[in-house]
Amino acid sequence: MNTYTRRSLLKSAAGSGVLAATTAALGACALGGGDDDKPNDSAQGAKNSTNPLGVKEDAPLEIVIFNGGFGEDYAKAHEGMYTEKYPKAQIKHSATQQIGTTLQPRFVDGSPPDVIDNSGAGQIDFNGLVSQGALADLAPMLDAPSIDDPGKKVRDTLLPGSLLPGTYDGKTMALNYTYTVYGLWYSAKLMADKGWAYPKTWDEMIALCKTIKAAGVSPWTYQGKHPRYMSWPILSAAAKMAGQDVLIAIDNLEPNAWKHEAILAAAEAYSQLAVDGYIMPGSEGLDHIQSQTEWCKGKAVFISCGSWLESEQKAVTPADFGMTVAPTPSLTSGDKLPFEALRGTSGEPFIVPAKAKNLNGGLEYLRIMLSKKGAADFTGKTASLTCVSGVDVGSNLPPGLTSVTKALKASGDKGFNWVYNSYYRKLERELVDAACGQLFTKQINAKQFVEQCQKGADSIAKDDTIKKYKRS
Amino acid sequence: MRHGRRLFAITFLVPAVAVYAVFVISPYLQAFQISATNWRGLSPKWDYVGTANFRNLLSDEYFWNALQHNAILLAVLPVATIALGLFFASMLSVGGHGGRAGVRGIPGSGFYRIVYFFPQVLSVAIIGILWREMYAPNGGLVNGFLRAVGLGALARPWLGDPDVAFWAVLFVMIWSNVGFYVVLFGAAMQSIPREIYEAVLLDGASRFTTLWRITVPLLWDTIQVAWVYLAIIALDGFALVQIITNGGPAFSTDVIGLRLYNTAFADAKFGYASAIGVAMFFVTLSVAIAFLRLSRRERLEY
Repeated sequence: MNTYTRRSLLKSAAGSGVLAATTAALGACALGGGDDDKPNDSAQGAKNSTNPLGVKEDAPLEIVIFNGGFGEDYAKAHEGMYTEKYPKAQIKHSATQQIGTTLQPRFVDGSPPDVIDNSGAGQIDFNGLVSQGALADLAPMLDAPSIDDPGKKVRDTLLPGSLLPGTYDGKTMALNYTYTVYGLWYSAKLMADKGWAYPKTWDEMIALCKTIKAAGVSPWTYQGKHPRYMSWPILSAAAKMAGQDVLIAIDNLEPNAWKHEAILAAAEAYSQLAVDGYIMPGSEGLDHIQSQTEWCKGKAVFISCGSWLESEQKAVTPADFGMTVAPTPSLTSGDKLPFEALRGTSGEPFIVPAKAKNLNGGLEYLRIMLSKKGAADFTGKTASLTCVSGVDVGSNLPPGLTSVTKALKASGDKGFNWVYNSYYRKLERELVDAACGQLFTKQINAKQFVEQCQKGADSIAKDDTIKKYKRS
Repeated sequence: MRHGRRLFAITFLVPAVAVYAVFVISPYLQAFQISATNWRGLSPKWDYVGTANFRNLLSDEYFWNALQHNAILLAVLPVATIALGLFFASMLSVGGHGGRAGVRGIPGSGFYRIVYFFPQVLSVAIIGILWREMYAPNGGLVNGFLRAVGLGALARPWLGDPDVAFWAVLFVMIWSNVGFYVVLFGAAMQSIPREIYEAVLLDGASRFTTLWRITVPLLWDTIQVAWVYLAIIALDGFALVQIITNGGPAFSTDVIGLRLYNTAFADAKFGYASAIGVAMFFVTLSVAIAFLRLSRRERLEY
């Protein structure tokens, strides 16, 4: 009676399975079946002087924020300003630390949010976004009149150079909203108590390190698991020694850009910290928060970081710490740039996807962020500057931010910047990062360091799947 | 009657097979398709590039570096885990001194059995974070313990030193897997007749001989399955590595799974990442087959 064997049952089951799989593959392909030529169905409204971007006032607006050092409260305030202007608009706000993995499927699906703060370790690769036309050109917003002064374009209300990091082949695809200063940080109180003065030359730095070590304190620590933080003072010192062109060559992936004598000299200088034992033991096993917390506790005197540091360490910084930023010490007496010169750059890239359902609303949201009110609110909430110029940030600034504004003023037009990290994410975050890790654990010397960085840059230059950008 | 049964069986099978096909088989097939494209994962635009991704793989030193780490895991993880698992399991079930009560485990074996199984109850994410803190250079338990017992010279920034980070992660993998195999082997040992052990004991065999000559051959089927499972775990390793070290320092703990993940989600090269996945599929498949072939033995009947 029982003519059924398990085998024959499985056979017929497998048959229907294959059928189902084929249908599924056709129906729900991960590659996305979206028709690219379909007309843009993004919400449109009437343009007028108060609504120059043609926002449809009842169109919903979706915003995704990177929940990092700046938190998400500032965004809620900006969203409040948007609804104040467009009360009928529904705002959908969300915040995550994993921008890339959360949003990648929505880009493929053709239904991305309207504004994204594409930042953090899990950011979506800009090279990929730009080369695939996934981002809206921000020119209409930048050329629209500013909210504060209708006679001025938004573009002209920004700090000089702040559009450089988000500009690819002349088109601005990302608004880097914050203005960040990169330098070496110390506690003014600790230095004053011990009678130490911040060194202006590298020789003085090494001499001071000796004194500090003799006093039983570690002179330096660094964000061990993210050693790329130490590539910043190296590149800064090199740029100050030989001028901006060193950095432009690196950004443009020019052959042997990393082997420039200034970079070698800077790498040699900084590697001496490791060789002479001036780095806090165990630093290489700490992540950024752990090492910065040790530094806040006074276990080490100097650390390299950007000006988000004050906001990031708010919870553990002693009240009288006196967080202070300083430019990297000059390597030689013949440096091309003065001691005061430092790296100031816009950061925290905000993007509007090309397929946003409310593209105009997204651009308008950025315009509101760039208003003086939006910028002042951000600075008040995060203790960080924005790329908007002439914002009255008040006189009651926290110590770190006070020192940042002072340092920026002193640096003036001698400031410099590099953008290879936003052109080629992997080069900084993986390749230079690994080389720094090895340099500061004495696995390699300065010469091998520049060779390894150059090898990384060459591998990016050779990879024809990566789009290349040039700047001058 | 026959017709009714067929309908009955199919009604119950189709939903399960359909779910399996949609969520398991179709992604597999698509991975093969995507691996032949230059898809960058952010738009529906892509072109077929033939075998270019696979040719690039051959000269990708980061891929080979990661593969090399997987190969070491493959060589060490199954052997170490199975050896420890067998040792603990035999101690727990037959390791006690055979008194009048005959063959039994060492005192407190019930307690140990639970302790060994603990890591299995924790999720991989918790194990990863737990050990990341254990290995912390200054506040971590590992260095704290070493310093407390006067071995401060051995204390080091475990996860920051490229020479030891990989072995530190490998240790966590063994630690987190051993418990399961203690229970698995322990259960299998229960089915070995006690008389055999009593006879061996009377003949004056040492514990090691008992383990090697009696337990291992009689458990061979179970060991073989354990070996294949562990080999597959060794070829993956993604979750623990990503949480504990994220492949660093200087790629010294990178594994294929992590390379694949970073290639896809950090570099937005989904075509290339799929090619890594497809290559891995064949490696895993061949390793599983090879292990099963190599460990084939006569089955013992008792």
